[in-house]
Amino acid sequence: MKSFNYHAPKDVKDASKLASSNSAFLAGGMTTIPSMKLGLASYKDVIDIKNIKKLSGIKVSGKTVTIGATTKHVEVATSKDVKKAIPALAKLAGNIGDAQVRNRGTIGGSISNNDPSACYPSACMALNAVIHTNKRKIDAEKFFTGMFETALKGGELVEAVEFQIPEKADYQKHPNPASRYAIIGVFVAKHKKDVNVAVTGAKSCVYIDKDLSKKLSSNFSVSAIEGAEVKSSGMNSDMHASAEYRANLVSLYAKKAVEAC
Amino acid sequence: MASLVGSRVERKEDTRFLQGKGRYTADINIANQTYAVFVRSPHARAKIKSVDTSKALKSSGVVGVLTGKEIAEDKIGGLIAGWAIRSEDGSEMKVPANPPLAKDVANFVGEPIAVVFAETLDEAKEGAEKVKVDYKVLKAVVDPADAMKSDAIHDGVDKNLCYDWLLGDRKAVDEAFAKADKIIKVDLINNRLVPNAMEPRACVVDYNTASEEITLYTTSQNPHLSRLVMSAFGNVAPENKLRVVAPDVGGGFGSKINVYNEEIVCSWASKKIERPIKWVAERTESFLTDTHGRDHVTHAELAVTNDGKFLGFKNETIANLGAYARVFGTVTPTYLFGPCATGVYVIPAAYSNVKAVYTNTAPVDAYRGAGRPEATYTIERLVEKAAMELGMDKTEIRMKNFPTQFPFKQTLVHTVDSGDYVAGLEKAKQMADYAGFEARRKKSEANGKLRGIGVSSYFEACGIAPSAAVMSLGCGVGLWESAEVRFNPTGQISVFTGAHSHGQSHDTTFAQIAADEMGVPIENIDIVHGDTDKGTFGMGTYGSRSLTVGGIAIVNACKKIIAKGKRVAAKMLEVNEDEIEFKDGEFVALKSNKKKTIGEVAFACYLPGQRDEMKSPIPEGDEPGLIESAFYDPPNFSFPAGSHICEVEIDPDTGNVKVEKYTAVDDFGRIVNPMIVEGQVHGGIAQGIGQALHENTQYDETGQLMTASYMDYTMPRADNFPEFNLGFTCTHATSNPLGVKGCGEAGAIASPPTVMNAVIDALGGQEISMPATAEKVWKACKSMKKSNAKAA
Ligand SMILES: Cc1cc2nc3c(=O)[nH]c(=O)nc-3n(C[C@H](O)[C@H](O)[C@H](O)COP(=O)(O)OP(=O)(O)OC[C@H]3O[C@@H](n4cnc5c(N)ncnc54)[C@H](O)[C@@H]3O)c2cc1C
Repeated sequence: MKSFNYHAPKDVKDASKLASSNSAFLAGGMTTIPSMKLGLASYKDVIDIKNIKKLSGIKVSGKTVTIGATTKHVEVATSKDVKKAIPALAKLAGNIGDAQVRNRGTIGGSISNNDPSACYPSACMALNAVIHTNKRKIDAEKFFTGMFETALKGGELVEAVEFQIPEKADYQKHPNPASRYAIIGVFVAKHKKDVNVAVTGAKSCVYIDKDLSKKLSSNFSVSAIEGAEVKSSGMNSDMHASAEYRANLVSLYAKKAVEAC
Repeated sequence: MASLVGSRVERKEDTRFLQGKGRYTADINIANQTYAVFVRSPHARAKIKSVDTSKALKSSGVVGVLTGKEIAEDKIGGLIAGWAIRSEDGSEMKVPANPPLAKDVANFVGEPIAVVFAETLDEAKEGAEKVKVDYKVLKAVVDPADAMKSDAIHDGVDKNLCYDWLLGDRKAVDEAFAKADKIIKVDLINNRLVPNAMEPRACVVDYNTASEEITLYTTSQNPHLSRLVMSAFGNVAPENKLRVVAPDVGGGFGSKINVYNEEIVCSWASKKIERPIKWVAERTESFLTDTHGRDHVTHAELAVTNDGKFLGFKNETIANLGAYARVFGTVTPTYLFGPCATGVYVIPAAYSNVKAVYTNTAPVDAYRGAGRPEATYTIERLVEKAAMELGMDKTEIRMKNFPTQFPFKQTLVHTVDSGDYVAGLEKAKQMADYAGFEARRKKSEANGKLRGIGVSSYFEACGIAPSAAVMSLGCGVGLWESAEVRFNPTGQISVFTGAHSHGQSHDTTFAQIAADEMGVPIENIDIVHGDTDKGTFGMGTYGSRSLTVGGIAIVNACKKIIAKGKRVAAKMLEVNEDEIEFKDGEFVALKSNKKKTIGEVAFACYLPGQRDEMKSPIPEGDEPGLIESAFYDPPNFSFPAGSHICEVEIDPDTGNVKVEKYTAVDDFGRIVNPMIVEGQVHGGIAQGIGQALHENTQYDETGQLMTASYMDYTMPRADNFPEFNLGFTCTHATSNPLGVKGCGEAGAIASPPTVMNAVIDALGGQEISMPATAEKVWKACKSMKKSNAKAA
């Protein structure tokens, strides 16, 4: 690993000031540190944001659950409040990677990194999340812009993610047997007026499957999507899974998720 | 005194390992050490046009940079193939030079080209980035099945063929096949595996400028052998000026048998730069450069009669050696494979033909089981398929072809001294509730799942090996083992062994044996291994040889201690030697019942006299001291055997395979420590299930290793396994005084075919290759559905 300056600011303002085109925020470090070790990334300044108190914690209001950016996966997975308000979100967090990853990885790091096979982005999309940054509020559908790409600008820091509490929801994932990231993951959320089916792992970026969402919005049952075709075109094909296999899994896990709701 | 052999003595080594007190190579630091980083080829096959080290030499903290040119100038030898194999036509195998630093061509991704030494690791890394290598990239040969049709990658190795080897009698096989009612055929791939020892390879070299002695601390399964190879072939230093220490080693599985490039280079360089050197592999380097395992492409056939008798067997295999032939690389697919390919059956005619080819991939060498898993997979797939095609029960067809008498002289090579294959399979059937399978299958079916059951009966030839036999077959060394038992004056005992423990628990099991032999508490015994300066020579640990060869050397050395002790005690007790009996640590004069403990005798051996009286306890012709050593060369291999049964359940929607039940019944002869043996079996089965279902080494067509990290290479984890159901049968080995057989590799040998037979059973006989990943199985389920629909 190349040497770098390590900073541990106490508030968001200082963190933001330290940021430059040659810096990275350090949250759980589960992505940043391996990529630095492997020489895939190097920075002049590494800005550790874990000491910024206000970035961590879980708040439930009437309609939303707000999770601070540096809240760890294990905290979300075991939170009584999350389990009560959006059990599917706790379940998602509890199945991320392995225990070591869950004990360090954070929601802010996960969504800022926007790995195409990460789990949280699908929850953000399905639960109409609003991403709070130190500069603005961004709707999830505008936040995830492409493979490892987000709407975040230089020095912009995610402070929290605000999820809409659905009537019902479930997350189903087919883990990559090696890394345990999602080969595909399907987050189904039934809101008062409509249903969102968000899919991760299948394409270069998380997306809402409009067809499945529409069918379930008019009839929230497995039978509504029984024959629905999930097309493999545009899906990832790699040594872990072909596009055809992924398409099969999306269709299958969407049904499993509806069933589990 | 109760015997320790046979009891579940807790592992002596656990205290240090569980408390983080293990001392591994990377834990060792020498004052003033430099750090080595290797510049490695990013290409699978390339000409090295030039290597420019000028910028690296100027880089901050860099102490030295060395390349293939300097190592060639200093006439440092390359890596070696330890076993010479002859082709069917009588010609010798073709082995290319394998210099420690490639000078003219690079032949696999990760092959070392140059090395940078610096004051800190970071500086060494930066320096390494500044070494400029100009490559001319050439088209890589990657697929072993195509290798013989591709460009020759080594000068003088036509068709990339190392040898074309035959064991057996083609004519006899043809005749047997002509008489058969049915010929069963399989095409198999034995998938390449990355060994993945928990501890990556490492070395620390300390050159003493005064004594001119090199001390090499290294992650080796066989430090004495490493020293021999580095001296005799590497020309690194004379043996008496080279000390090799393999301290705690965190797993080997065969990947730490070889003397590797880095050890040779750092040892040579330490003398050159007159500084200690430390090198520790990063995980990616382990993936790229540790010797890999397996990688066979096989076509095999079994000739059978309609009532399920086996008449003949043939096996045509292409074995991938990778870029170079390494220590056990050439023997693994020949003498460790061919002789075992007829399995536990009486098959009157058989042959195995193996073509070993070079490709631009990491060298392939022994990996837990080495050749025997490949052999067992071949025959056990055939047998299972035969049962299916003949409509016979899969256990019945096996029973029908088991030998009924031991010693069992096999058609090809081995004479198996002991065993009872029927008893093993009967016990496995009972433990696995084989009879109840159909009901379980129906239950799975009702849940929309496919359930399958697979059996495999195996034997293996381990405890390697009789020196004269293996040397006659081309082995470059004898495979005896040695031991020294050193009684200290105050009664503690150091037992030196040439075997090496890197997970095998020798500290405990060897101490159990020595404690029983000498009737002393186990606490008094220390097992010392892993240091060429401590104890006698030895060949190391692999091929499940430590107990069956090294353990017997210890027994024999203990026997010599007792023999001398008897002579001394007789003199001390003033009786004839034949009037002394040794029992439970005491030498007893039978008539008078006067006795001396072994501790008193040892003390007297070192302090042979007493005040006011000129009297020595040492008999005439004997010497003071109580140290004995033994070299043991086994008269035969040892032949553990058993039957495993596996049940899997497949979800046809996802293709996920769940191992529901796994039963293993093994015959390891007399068992020294059941707890440790169970651990060995667990580990072996886990690796075998890994091979069958998960581990999927993939090179792309340019020779880049796609699965070079745990993000992409699936290591099996605890949640991939059911609770293993273990049982034992016991027939004592007749070839050694303890009656023991090897147990280290059996699990990895028996389990891949057991699991695959179960998967293929669930798929209605549809063949699929290892690893049976979810997507492959899903595709098979789909085509099964289609053909079922057609049939209906
Ligand atoms: C073996 C393994 C398995 C995994 N499995 C899964 C899985 O199954 N599902 C899943 O969803 N994820 C998985 N992950 C990802 C993991 O859960 C982490 O979420 C992820 O690695 C990043 O989170 P982090 O907190 O560690 O971020 P870091 O590594 O610290 O940062 C990642 C990136 O985000 C930036 N960043 C961090 N925090 C902020 C912020 N508040 N504002 C702006 N930018 C920020 C950093 O600068 C950096 O560029 C896995 C990771 C590993 C190593």
